[in-house]
Amino acid sequence: MPQPTQVDPRGLRVNAAITAVVLALVLAVPSEPVRTVLLGVQVVVFAIAVLVGLSASPWALVFTTFVRPRIGPPAELEDARPPRFAQLVGLVFTTVALVSLLAGATTVALVATTLALVAALLNAVVGLCLGCEMYLVLRRLAPAGTA
Amino acid sequence: MIGLVLLGIALVATAGVALLMRWKNGRFSSQPVEDARERLTAGQIGAPLGERATLVQFSSAFCSPCRATRVLLTDIAATAPGVETVEIDAESHLQLVRDLEVMRTPTVLVLDADGVVTTRASGLPRRDQVLAALDRAVPGGK
Repeated sequence: MPQPTQVDPRGLRVNAAITAVVLALVLAVPSEPVRTVLLGVQVVVFAIAVLVGLSASPWALVFTTFVRPRIGPPAELEDARPPRFAQLVGLVFTTVALVSLLAGATTVALVATTLALVAALLNAVVGLCLGCEMYLVLRRLAPAGTA
Repeated sequence: MIGLVLLGIALVATAGVALLMRWKNGRFSSQPVEDARERLTAGQIGAPLGERATLVQFSSAFCSPCRATRVLLTDIAATAPGVETVEIDAESHLQLVRDLEVMRTPTVLVLDADGVVTTRASGLPRRDQVLAALDRAVPGGK
């Protein structure tokens, strides 16, 4: 079995923390243009993490450039697949938020942002991957024949 | 204004979920009543049952705590005679997952010598939680 890509778990926490700050600002700043730009930036960050890889995400680069040199190498690495899946879930929610905002449905946009913020905060604070928790529940819904 | 309200809700919800998960992870259920218990065979779990007990772990690809759980269970089984561990990939055993109502990975089932599911827990358990569950499944030692 090939070894799956590994990531530094502390980088994931920093990534989630920056994401949480960006999404919290989307909620806190009552300005349509600022919200649009912040959501747009986060959508791009999520998209890079999903399409290219976690280590290519701009927030991951913040970690490897500024944080990692100060705290040294990690004690252990983690499988990259769960967090990458979580970034996909984040991408879906922030994309819904951005599209809603552009369409003038501000409340829908802010609620979607709130859900993404809860997931990012849980990841940053207690290391819980909400997207991963949902994965099996969603997978179970697949028709019995496909198992 | 609504943005700040939602920000507050997000903070409260995060704290709530974090506390709930801390309470829930590795918490083994109390013993089901005798006739509500499920029984698994070696064929269903794809490996022979342990002589005294079997720890069955359901895992999936998108699961960070699964590896730590596997390491813990393997370590416990190595020191407890007659106890085996079996890891089942949830995605390729979806029917079993549905039958047993497994909702999260990791989920750990503790089977007695006859394959009867005596208790279960989801999330990464602590060593003492697994040992206590084993003790209840197999009276007379771990």
